[in-house]
Amino acid sequence: MMTICESNVAKIKAICEEFNNDKGELINVLHKTQHTFGYLPEEVQEVVAQNLNTSLAHVYGVVSFYSFFTMTPKGEHPINICMGTACYVRGAEKVLDEFKKLLNIKVGETTKDEKFSLSSLRCVGACGLAPVVLVGDKVYGRVTLDGVQEILDEYK
Amino acid sequence: MEMINIKIDNKNVQVPKGTSILDAAKSIGIKIPTLCYMNLHDLNTEHKPTGCRICVVEVAGRKNLVPACATECTSGMEIKNQTMRVLNARKTVMELILSDHPAECLICPKNGTCDLQSMAQEMGIRHYHYKGEQSTYIKDRSIAIKRDMDKCIGCKRCLTMCNDVQTVGALSSINRGFMSVVAPAFQMDLSESVCTYCGQCVAVCPTAALTEIDHTSNVIRMLADPTKTVVVQTAPAVRAALGEEFGYEAGTLVTGKMVAALKDLGFDYVFDTDFAADLTIMEEGTELLDRLSRHLKGDETVKLPILTSCCPAWVSFFEHHFPDMKDIPSTARSPQQMFGSIAKTYYAEKIGIKREDMIVVSIMPCLAKKYERDRDEFKTDGNPDVDYVLSTRELAKLIKQASINFEELPNMDFDKPMGESSGAGVIFGTTGGVIEAAVRTAYEIFTGQSLHKVDFEQLRGMDWVREAIVDFNGTPIKIGIAHGLGNARKLLNEIREGKSQYDAIEIMACPGGCIGGGGQPLHHGDTNILKARQKALYSEDKNKTIRKSHENPYIINLYKEFLGKPMSRKAHELLHTQYFDKSNPVDIVKD
Repeated sequence: MMTICESNVAKIKAICEEFNNDKGELINVLHKTQHTFGYLPEEVQEVVAQNLNTSLAHVYGVVSFYSFFTMTPKGEHPINICMGTACYVRGAEKVLDEFKKLLNIKVGETTKDEKFSLSSLRCVGACGLAPVVLVGDKVYGRVTLDGVQEILDEYK
Repeated sequence: MEMINIKIDNKNVQVPKGTSILDAAKSIGIKIPTLCYMNLHDLNTEHKPTGCRICVVEVAGRKNLVPACATECTSGMEIKNQTMRVLNARKTVMELILSDHPAECLICPKNGTCDLQSMAQEMGIRHYHYKGEQSTYIKDRSIAIKRDMDKCIGCKRCLTMCNDVQTVGALSSINRGFMSVVAPAFQMDLSESVCTYCGQCVAVCPTAALTEIDHTSNVIRMLADPTKTVVVQTAPAVRAALGEEFGYEAGTLVTGKMVAALKDLGFDYVFDTDFAADLTIMEEGTELLDRLSRHLKGDETVKLPILTSCCPAWVSFFEHHFPDMKDIPSTARSPQQMFGSIAKTYYAEKIGIKREDMIVVSIMPCLAKKYERDRDEFKTDGNPDVDYVLSTRELAKLIKQASINFEELPNMDFDKPMGESSGAGVIFGTTGGVIEAAVRTAYEIFTGQSLHKVDFEQLRGMDWVREAIVDFNGTPIKIGIAHGLGNARKLLNEIREGKSQYDAIEIMACPGGCIGGGGQPLHHGDTNILKARQKALYSEDKNKTIRKSHENPYIINLYKEFLGKPMSRKAHELLHTQYFDKSNPVDIVKD
């Protein structure tokens, strides 16, 4: 059985109420919920489903459809590599591979020490800086393979 | 209604505004092929996700082909259904669907009844032109339903049934792109989900993505075992549909031939679930009268309305979604389980065999019955009251496998004593039937008078929710009827809000009741088939000498010899049950 603590249930309830418990607002509710918890584990989705009076399968359907939503906890410093066209042609994939190699995790995973997590996204709108890497909210432009270790060292 | 003129393949047609191209074509006999589209007339359920694009047609002045199922006709529209462009597009679409479908038709459980297979045949597909990646998923075998999503073509008919018609919400479309698949939340097995096993997803699945768990080989093994006495019971709805599997017109009653086939297959005793339906009426009817008379006397602890409890998918539904109301339904077990319980006690004793040497097989129109038989409440020391459940479709397969020539079979009668039933027991198979059967008995017991007319037309029909007031000699009894779990939900919400005016409510999970069950021959979206089956059951009822459950002499005798009276201690032990709260899989803990 899934477990969740009372205060977290109350937090989810408050978010749902903010959107009038309207199931049509599911995506907005999930956005805010993920912002609060960092990710959307099973029990959180179940409580969202109950509050919005919709099925758990439907909530999971939405969570699994959008790449923005995640069911695994992000690291303290979430790393996002832009794989938009401009970044891609300027070597984003190689940059991503370098992050994978150095952190020893795949895309969507978090390091054992919960420090870093790795994701890719599509176009952050800073194509002039391609290839672009985000660590948390900080943007790194024209990232080279050698620059990857330097970026990680900033957070060690 | 505004009428508009259009042209399809150069034929002039006048249709009401808002008509789809598909329906307009149909009105003049032009068939446009469809695959994902489904229209359950009479049940107000139309499914047109426009996902497959098999029904594309050409419309003059439009650059792209349009899906006929979801495009409305506009005045002066000129539609072409047979151009090379249309035919090539359909063929390409079909070949692309087939490119991600396992080519194992010969050994597939849907071989011969698959919509994809017949469409490929109609289109004359002879080559696999596109060889690409095939999606593979873990196969999910629950107690009643098997999911093999490799065979899913993404039509999403199952989602319409599960979410819109039944409002169960066990399934959803998950992931995206090539990995997109229909599955329960977190891709858990059906058994862990809120699935009620109503089987309506199976009933509309065009391929073998969703099928029943097949128990035919287990039954064959038992029939071949000389140490076992194999007893079979057949549910009322089976006799009105089994014939379809052998080419008979829908609504043909094959009761006698079915009994003969079961005897040829080697069952030792061929009995009837209708007998147990009569028994159900004795128990459920008595419970209704008990609650009603206490209510009329002003006892406020009595809960009304009373809800029927014959349908295992419905029981599972309220256990999952309305656990706060689990003391409202009747505690009477379903006819299948009453039969199993009486067979393995009363009848086993009567013929002098041990419980474990008796095998009880049910032939059911239902997949939830496979789940019901496995519930712990219906087992004694691990030995289930009902050992195996075969669907109507599985029985047809069994008969075909045994090379029995069904058409040539004589009409035979059920064995006695558990094969004798009243007309009331027969109509259990259709929406409205259980409550009509209950009314026939409850009226006579309540008023002490004999009914002159046993046909309660006001309780019959196919409307999703029906209500009627039956006059119990001055006391009006308000009755509600719902079929389809989505409609049950509406009535339950009314009760929860304290707005319900009913004294008794009958609920059946499947559209049309058991005649439209998930284990029946596939109706392929033709709801006229359901109506024909319904008519057949009412005609069998009409032809019975005994039409009230409490007048069935073998039921009277069962109480005399074994049970005492309805709701007696023994009846409670063997014929009643309890319900459980199956909601909320999340455990809320203190911080």
